[in-house]
Amino acid sequence: MMSPPPSPSGPPPSTALRAEPDSPARPAAGARVVRRALVVREVGIVAALVLLVAVTATVNPRFLSAQSVKDLLLGSTILAILAVGQTIVVVSRNVDLSVGSVLGLAAFATGSLFVASPDLPIPVVLLAGVGLGAVCGAVNGALIAAARVPALVVTLGTLYVFRGLDYTWATGRQINAADMPPAFLRLGTRTILGLPVLTMFAIVVLVAAGLYLRWYSSGRELYAIGSNPDAAHLAGIPVGRRVFGAFVASGALAGLAGVLYAARFGTLDANAGLGFELNVIAAVVVGGVAIFGGSGSVYGAAIGAVLLVTIGSALPVLGVNPFWQRAAVGVLILAAIGLDRALSARLARRLRGGSGGV
Amino acid sequence: MSDAGNQTTTGTGAWTRPLWAGLRSWDAAVLLGLVLVVLVGSAAVDGAGTPRFWRFVILEIIPIGLIALPMTLVIITGEIDLSVASVLGLTCTAFGQMWAWGVDSLPLLILVCLALGAVLGAVNGLFVTGFGLPSLAVTIGTLALYRGLASVVLGNRAVADYPPAWTLGSIRAIPGTTIPWAVLVLAALAIGFGVLLHATPIGRGVYAMGNNADAARFSGIAIRRTKFWIFVVTGVMSALAGVFWTLRFASARADNGTGLELAVVAAVLLGGVSIFGGRGGLVGVVAAVALLATLRNTLQLAYVPANTLTIITGSLLIISVVAPYVAGMIRARLRRHRPVSTTTPSAG
Amino acid sequence: MEPLLALTGVSKSFGAVAALRDVRLELRGHEVHGLVGENGAGKSTLVKILAGVHAPDRGVVTLDGRELVLAGPADARAAGIAVIYQEPALFPDLSVAENIFIARQPLRGLRRIDGAALRARTRELFARLGVHLDPDRPARGLSIADQQLVEIAKALSFDARVVVMDEPTSALSGAEVERLFSVARTLRDAGAAVLFISHRFEEIFALCQRITVLRDGHWISTDPAEDLTVDSLVRRMVGRDISAMYPKSQASAGPARLEVRGLTRSGAFSDVSFTVHGGEIVALAGLVGAGRTEVIRAVFGVDRFDAGEVVVDGRRLPPGDTPAAIAAGLALVPEDRRAQGLVMELSVARNLTLPRRWSLSRFGLLLAGAESRSARTWADRLRVKTARVTDPVSTLSGGNQQKVVLAKWLSTRPGVLIVDEPTRGIDVGTKAEVHGLLSRLAADGVAVLMVSSELPEVLGMADRVLVMHEGRLVADIPRARADERSVMLAATGQRGEP
Repeated sequence: MMSPPPSPSGPPPSTALRAEPDSPARPAAGARVVRRALVVREVGIVAALVLLVAVTATVNPRFLSAQSVKDLLLGSTILAILAVGQTIVVVSRNVDLSVGSVLGLAAFATGSLFVASPDLPIPVVLLAGVGLGAVCGAVNGALIAAARVPALVVTLGTLYVFRGLDYTWATGRQINAADMPPAFLRLGTRTILGLPVLTMFAIVVLVAAGLYLRWYSSGRELYAIGSNPDAAHLAGIPVGRRVFGAFVASGALAGLAGVLYAARFGTLDANAGLGFELNVIAAVVVGGVAIFGGSGSVYGAAIGAVLLVTIGSALPVLGVNPFWQRAAVGVLILAAIGLDRALSARLARRLRGGSGGV
Repeated sequence: MSDAGNQTTTGTGAWTRPLWAGLRSWDAAVLLGLVLVVLVGSAAVDGAGTPRFWRFVILEIIPIGLIALPMTLVIITGEIDLSVASVLGLTCTAFGQMWAWGVDSLPLLILVCLALGAVLGAVNGLFVTGFGLPSLAVTIGTLALYRGLASVVLGNRAVADYPPAWTLGSIRAIPGTTIPWAVLVLAALAIGFGVLLHATPIGRGVYAMGNNADAARFSGIAIRRTKFWIFVVTGVMSALAGVFWTLRFASARADNGTGLELAVVAAVLLGGVSIFGGRGGLVGVVAAVALLATLRNTLQLAYVPANTLTIITGSLLIISVVAPYVAGMIRARLRRHRPVSTTTPSAG
Repeated sequence: MEPLLALTGVSKSFGAVAALRDVRLELRGHEVHGLVGENGAGKSTLVKILAGVHAPDRGVVTLDGRELVLAGPADARAAGIAVIYQEPALFPDLSVAENIFIARQPLRGLRRIDGAALRARTRELFARLGVHLDPDRPARGLSIADQQLVEIAKALSFDARVVVMDEPTSALSGAEVERLFSVARTLRDAGAAVLFISHRFEEIFALCQRITVLRDGHWISTDPAEDLTVDSLVRRMVGRDISAMYPKSQASAGPARLEVRGLTRSGAFSDVSFTVHGGEIVALAGLVGAGRTEVIRAVFGVDRFDAGEVVVDGRRLPPGDTPAAIAAGLALVPEDRRAQGLVMELSVARNLTLPRRWSLSRFGLLLAGAESRSARTWADRLRVKTARVTDPVSTLSGGNQQKVVLAKWLSTRPGVLIVDEPTRGIDVGTKAEVHGLLSRLAADGVAVLMVSSELPEVLGMADRVLVMHEGRLVADIPRARADERSVMLAATGQRGEP
């Protein structure tokens, strides 16, 4: 029988109802369970990718030929870069729907720059594209961070505004591959040791973003903001500044993607990037990034991008009507979010069970 | 209906005073904007404000308006449905394919399409209310799935050989005017949705669950059931818009209506419905749909390129969410400068 | 002895409302200082001033004798003042260690986060507090008690010298309260000044060396705890004698209105059976976590159950169907009025009439201010202080908000009223009103089931005391035999003498 605790000032007997002592929590169980779940998620999507490739290669071994793999990598590069940028924004509980329009603007800007002065060094053009994207991202970030307005609505608006600007700029004009310096176009097709140069850009971006989000304080703060925005304010995290930065990053990466898009396709019109935003969100969701922020990794998002592109290429090989591709993407998104919900429910139950929570 | 429309506060926490009974200040602002656009447009632009002009504006308003009505309810309950344009597209292709197969009874075609819309909406509803998944992600998935299915049905083809009785009938004017009769259907539905949202227990429940789902549940409101049926109704209305679209443009293609969902969401948000849920009304939404369509067509007549219209739509959307914030800031600054009435503290 | 933190002549007004008037407070190191007062007495404003959220209109805050000006929460943290709130705000997706050190992580080369140092520092903090939590564990799923420990560890990591605990024990079980107390004493012994705010007198007396009373924004008294009794404390808080605190009139039990048979939900409660008759007040007592709220949620249909049945006035209720329960005459005033009882953004009228929205409608339409009229009637009946029923319910005080929730359910003319912690977090005056209301209801023949964790309330109000322990109903004690000992024995799972 529990007795009231001894107290220096001899109080009246305790009238609160007391519980028996809780059983001590198993110390490392919580952390282990979470780590395992995260790994399962990422391993799961890699497994899906491997399975898809294996099945398709069995049907037609040419699917794994050097050319085919190169095409796959090239095809997923642009989407992967966009997905990395989107992840940075989504983990902070925001979304950037304007990335397709920014890509289009940057691509057309690249083409126009080269048409105007064909001798421009490629790094300068890269910087210009990234810079333009960063400016667009800054517009988004300023509106969202300063006015604290929902990102969905703002980036929906800038999706329209940036696309409109792109159309205005590109009215009637089209930039042909012939207008671009061959060195630049080669960037889009060159490979080093079998790996396309474009993909190397993506890998660098991916690793840099991954390291930043995992090992840098401001990166962790983005997760904090997505996990609990009110607590983030209370904890003294400069939420406005971080969110602004996230959108600048997303815009910059969309700008980079635009330049690479120009290198890959050469022929550009005002429709470049039209509708990309939904594929990007699909890649991110499939890759395990929570749509409400707080968790997920750029690696998962990148794999999600590769998976989506691979499906597109695999379907014709498997003899499936290519018109099924979009539907397949839809099913994949639904399956991914369903799976995540099931996983996190199980996770929550395991964690609660181990800590003796109320 | 003295205080029926004015029971909720605005996003900035300031208490909205009605401009007149039953209307919130946002609704009034949008209506004012609409009147301004109509007056200025008719005066300044050649061809605007003519009966023929209104005919085209109304034809454009109909599909967007049909979908914006249930979308208002969706967003007020705190959800979103981005698959509406894909439902429209899939319905178009279903209509076209059935016609191509030889089904020639218009009532049957319409019925099947509406049923299809209900099923598609029910799938959304099932994922959101049954499995508890976030509607943003779910409807992005069904957006892709339904559009994909539309591609599977018709591929790259278009079905365009409908009887003129149907196609011309869909856009026929009310005798004596140039106004398409179909607008009466939209008007009746708008009134129906308006009454539902603002003057029925169902509408009260919608606002409650949009603001605080827990409290709504404790008050006996069937949240999941209500949301499910709202998604079903959204599917049906999107399908109806699809039928109208097919007949109005006399063509069914897999890409019909691509991107329309953003236009609908834009109109609903501009109409004063908060993306966070729990706030907004139908009057503002209807006015916003009319405003956007009138503006678009007026500017078209003024030879303003389509790109500019796109930019304007986007800017209006951004302004629609930034304006309340700015208004709140201004109000706060004014309050700070106003002399504070001091009450002498009572002794003890 | 020089106070560590002192407030002198502090006043704060919000528009025309004066929240604090010329308040003084002295916090000394090596001391746990209790702060009591009714709702509206100014406690939370005081806390916000200490936290740097508000600046006082008049008066001085001094730290170590020097004036302290706080421009924001960051300043308060830098000055060594930490506030632990009732519901800690953590980041569920981040680990415990990251939660503590967010934005301040130890770094190594190239400004990368040093994971090993992060973990080590976290473990060291918990060791200093005498508790144990895994630093790598995500914050999601932590009990409220553990969340508070994380917050306290965070305060410690800031070298907090003043720790303010704002009603920390409301959601804690007995052992967790004990653990919190020992942590508070550890902080005290290490030299910190702990400000402990609570509505529960037994805790104040158990933990605090000195007690300050606020009333209506004024400082009333500061005395050593040993010089005070519960009565003298209440008198200072309220300014009047509360003898009519539990106006329980004798009730004659009528027919059985609510019968619960063999109710079971795996993991929450099992084989719970009881009956509540019209005219009686039955208390459902037990430790936090015993499953009481889970049982009544299942009875009301908010949650489902696995086995058993609920019968109201002889008719079986379909499980998990709240509208059916309401139609059968059940009403539930939930535990958390802000999150469950009311829709804060809506008006008083809309909140009040929400469960009756269908019955107030004609041909499915709600017209001509029917809701406002009904709301006005009921608000007046319960003496809810509000200017217009169209005002948002968030503008009301806590006590008045609770009355709106009560009015909302009373207006459905229930045959069975279930209340969960009906007087939690409201001032003594309104408490008495609520108790009087429940008594009158019972006298009118309503069956009242009251879940409460406050033993005085249970013993004062109930005709019978049902006690739950770890999901099972273990005792049914009539009023005559109910006392602290018998209830506590049952609640802790021991069989006592009958």
